[in-house]
Amino acid sequence: MTSITRAEVEHLARLARLQLDPDELDHYAGQLDVILQSVARVSEVAADDIPPTSHPVPMQNVFREDVARPGLPRAEVAAGAPAWEDDRFRVPRILDEE
Amino acid sequence: MPSPSEAGLIRQGASVLAHAIAAGEVSAEEVTRAHLDRIAEVDDRVHAFLEVVGESALASAVEVDRARASGEQLGPLAGVPIAVKDVMAMRGVPTTCGSRILEGWRPPYDATVVERLRAAGVVILGKTNMDEFAMGSSTEHSAYGPTRNPWDLERIPGGSGGGSAAALASFEAPLAIGTDTGGSIRQPAAVTGTVGVKPTYGGVSRYGLVALASSLDQAGPCARSVIDAALLHSVIAGHDPRDSTSIDAPVPDVVAAARRADVRGLRIGLVRELTGDGYQAGVSQRFAEAVAILEGLGAQVVEVSCPHFDYALGAYYLILPAEASSNLARFDGMRYGLRVGDDGERSVEDVMSLTREAGFGAEVKRRIMIGTYALSSGYYDAYYGQAQKVRTLITRDFAAAFEQVDVLVSPTTPTTAFRIGEKVDDPLAMYLNDIATIPVNLAGNAAMSLPIGLAPEDGLPVGLQIMAPPMADDRLYLVGAALEAALLDRWGHLLIEEVPSL
Repeated sequence: MTSITRAEVEHLARLARLQLDPDELDHYAGQLDVILQSVARVSEVAADDIPPTSHPVPMQNVFREDVARPGLPRAEVAAGAPAWEDDRFRVPRILDEE
Repeated sequence: MPSPSEAGLIRQGASVLAHAIAAGEVSAEEVTRAHLDRIAEVDDRVHAFLEVVGESALASAVEVDRARASGEQLGPLAGVPIAVKDVMAMRGVPTTCGSRILEGWRPPYDATVVERLRAAGVVILGKTNMDEFAMGSSTEHSAYGPTRNPWDLERIPGGSGGGSAAALASFEAPLAIGTDTGGSIRQPAAVTGTVGVKPTYGGVSRYGLVALASSLDQAGPCARSVIDAALLHSVIAGHDPRDSTSIDAPVPDVVAAARRADVRGLRIGLVRELTGDGYQAGVSQRFAEAVAILEGLGAQVVEVSCPHFDYALGAYYLILPAEASSNLARFDGMRYGLRVGDDGERSVEDVMSLTREAGFGAEVKRRIMIGTYALSSGYYDAYYGQAQKVRTLITRDFAAAFEQVDVLVSPTTPTTAFRIGEKVDDPLAMYLNDIATIPVNLAGNAAMSLPIGLAPEDGLPVGLQIMAPPMADDRLYLVGAALEAALLDRWGHLLIEEVPSL
């Protein structure tokens, strides 16, 4: 299996929305490499004719009674929000300036 | 010389306390006060709790006493205190999952497990410490500092549910709730000399349980004896329409099984792949002795092979990070929890990245990146896809084994409790703690750990794991209670009675 480079860790961190600092990148690059090499053994045994398991109890289309229930208490949800304004979640800007 | 609070109520088991409360020999309020006093007395050293809700606990206890006085029918655990792992949402009570990213967050709703505890009159004392988002085997990855093992305060109490296990072993609570994704109930139970059960996947509702890996997570009971675990199991288990993976079938009669405690004629399999060189000498010794006891009680013991268990750790450390990296995407600093760097200029993406960098600890970051890698295009088939196939092979190994035997047994952990700090920055060494517990999570089976003695070389508790097929949780209790009774006969007390006085 390929070994994982510092640049790849930086890319992964960006994908995962983690603003890692340079020391962390160095530290994790080594550790992730060791972890991935050890778990790569899974490719030794699993042949093409083995179906994948995504879930221990195979279930499909689970329905429940369509009963109206009260939603979450609004004031308590608001109290847990990092920023709340005009009865809404306030979020940072979502579009670029251009 | 035991202190006054140590002497009486706090050393009693849950079933004994419930019986005494129901008979009016002691009030639920007195029982709750004794445990709150004990927490105040020892928790600065143990650090099992992240939050203690003394007032609401006393109010619940008083309500049980009132209900009893007015002749209402009480549940089998009414008035008994419990500690709840901080991964369960509890309305109005801080729920952090051991993470800075949720510091101070108060859920606006109760988890189903919490709801069922309340309905049964079980008195919630507070929330227990854990590895951040349940990622770890030592509770050292909590953002709020480690929990200590009551058997030796310099050692880990296991993880991720180290707080729940330590609360039991230090007599701060007679019952606790844990969650088990790869061993987080069973491994802490093993290293603290307590009992922990991972029910069949889908046996206990996950509604309100903050998700780590949704196809593996399962909440379950923790206690100091098998019957107490069974009583708690029966309170929290059962179908919940709010969890689509919850099994819509009757809960196996675990309490009756614990009372029957009989292994005569039962076929017990020793898993060859879960013994051997990787296991500490004293762990192997106590395990062999326990197996001999089971044989002496009339069980037929045979060796079975589960060849793909050797690949379980690898499959788990791909599947878990893959699911966790997706589940933890919800911590984006927008609707709840921490937000960092929102200066009015920065974009939502920048704020999200700064928030997650500040709010998550090292192990969480590692696993998020591993999961992101395993799911990324070009690597998906080689990693996540292969791991899912290994999962099939492990499930088939279990199915084949359960054609020959009724339950499987193994040591719960390769070693006894290790020292705090020993493995905290060595992820692979840490992951190996769960080598015997992980296969069950991948297949969705039920499993229990119970104490079987102290390792001669270090005087620390050893646990035995019992594994049963899905929805045969009652077999765990049948075997566990029989073995516990035999050991009780031999020692004259439960192993936990040997824990040093704090």
